[in-house]
Amino acid sequence: MTTTPEYTTGIVTEDLKAYFGKVQVLKGISISIPKSMVTAFIGPSGCGKTTFLRTLNRMHELARDARIMGRVLVDGTDIYASGVDPVLVRKKIGMVFQKPNPFPSMSIYDNVVAGLKLTGRHKRKELDEVVEKTLVQAALWDEVKDSLKKSGASLSGGQQQRLCIARTLAVGPEVILMDEPASALDPLSTAKIEELIFQLKDKYTIVIVTHNMQQAARVSDNTAFFYIGELIEFSGTRDMFTRPKKKQTEDYITGRFG
Amino acid sequence: MADDQSAVGRTVLVGSGFSYWRRKISSGFFTALFSSSMLVVLLPLILIVGYLFYKGAASVNMNFLLHRPAPVGEPGGGMANAIIGSAYVVGIAALIGIPIGLFGGIFLGEFPQAKFSNVVRFVADVLNGTPSIVMGVFAYTVVVLPMKSFSVLAGGFALGVMMIPTVLRTTDEILQTVPNSIREASLALGVPYWRTVLSVILRSAKSGIITGILLAGARVLGETAPLLFTSFNNAFFSYSLTQPISTLPVQIFNYAISPYRDWHRQAWAGALVLVLAILIANLGMRAFSRQKDEHSV
Repeated sequence: MTTTPEYTTGIVTEDLKAYFGKVQVLKGISISIPKSMVTAFIGPSGCGKTTFLRTLNRMHELARDARIMGRVLVDGTDIYASGVDPVLVRKKIGMVFQKPNPFPSMSIYDNVVAGLKLTGRHKRKELDEVVEKTLVQAALWDEVKDSLKKSGASLSGGQQQRLCIARTLAVGPEVILMDEPASALDPLSTAKIEELIFQLKDKYTIVIVTHNMQQAARVSDNTAFFYIGELIEFSGTRDMFTRPKKKQTEDYITGRFG
Repeated sequence: MADDQSAVGRTVLVGSGFSYWRRKISSGFFTALFSSSMLVVLLPLILIVGYLFYKGAASVNMNFLLHRPAPVGEPGGGMANAIIGSAYVVGIAALIGIPIGLFGGIFLGEFPQAKFSNVVRFVADVLNGTPSIVMGVFAYTVVVLPMKSFSVLAGGFALGVMMIPTVLRTTDEILQTVPNSIREASLALGVPYWRTVLSVILRSAKSGIITGILLAGARVLGETAPLLFTSFNNAFFSYSLTQPISTLPVQIFNYAISPYRDWHRQAWAGALVLVLAILIANLGMRAFSRQKDEHSV
């Protein structure tokens, strides 16, 4: 196993194995993801980084025949322990997807507060505040403040993705998982998302899956390299990209395979 | 040689030769074949509606729409009670068919891994293809015999059972077209599954589901056979659930087989009203599905 930085809080997995039916996708991942930092997952397609991300907020189990073994501790609590409600886990650990997926039948306003409206009653004034606060956080407020009633689907791809980030922030998570959040976006929108990640990391623990190694280098504090269901190396991003410890890591980040 | 070279160097814009004309002619032939097939599809509808207007339009008047049938030999009279009766019976059918079809369809669409889903789908398809007269016999046995009376309830039951598979299958299919990303987006916000289905998925699928319901309603509105021995007929205005009632299709049937010319005219008028009602339901349905397209783009 590689040496991993030790943290007491944050997300810790212990020998996490994930399966789709009989196919084992993760072969026992042990990692300690620090709080209030950005951690990037890199690796070639099919290496299990997205599956791993989805085990961290119990989205993995939604797929047919999907199951896991092992433990995932978030701030010391096993999120797979019996009695833990996956719904509450997902409220605490939000997720932004690869393809922007605003609710097509809802306005921009309703998209942002969807998580709140669908899980409880809230005063209009309170919702208004959340909408403004999270859209400002997501750097979208100035672009949409005059058209909050318009459909979320009417925005550009980059705007939609920031809307999705605002929607995730609105339910008040502590961790935000991002699955290649900029891979469907143009360079300018990508830069905005990266800037956003930088702004958000003070308050949130961010885990980002990316295919783009420059992006990992730009936005993350720590980087984990996955290869065929295994965690090959996990270290500070600067170390990873300047002095990789494993041959496989070096080959991948220098573009020799993957 | 010089000509050959220029032919290679430049694209020839004017076609000629055997293979060129063969292509042209076969293209024209198939275009004509397909477009005439399309016309053949349209023709019956145009002829039916046209003929109904020709025969029935003159008899559709305020008298027809506002009065109950007059006794034989007396002039006037209309089908007001049958129009109300049809709405009544289809309303009862909707109360039975829509909830069961809707909930069953949601179950099939949202829990496709359930073991008996495919069995339910198969049964629904068979039910959909069951001759409507069989539904009438079924309703007669289950409702009319125990209650010892023809009734609105029995007619509504027969039509309601017919609505279930249509509503169920359209709901099922529409829900499967809702992108999984929408489902995941909601679940990832910590929204419980039942709430996701109710407020996010059904909302996205709303227009498609309403289309299915209207389709099912329009279909049973024109059914005659299941009503012949369930809701039967009634010459008077009746609002009791447990009494027989007049409906448009049954009234048309009775008038059409009668020997009286005046009743024939009324049957044509009734048929016209029925077809127009179904046409309007279909147009409403189209409007709904178009609305959906605008939103999803």
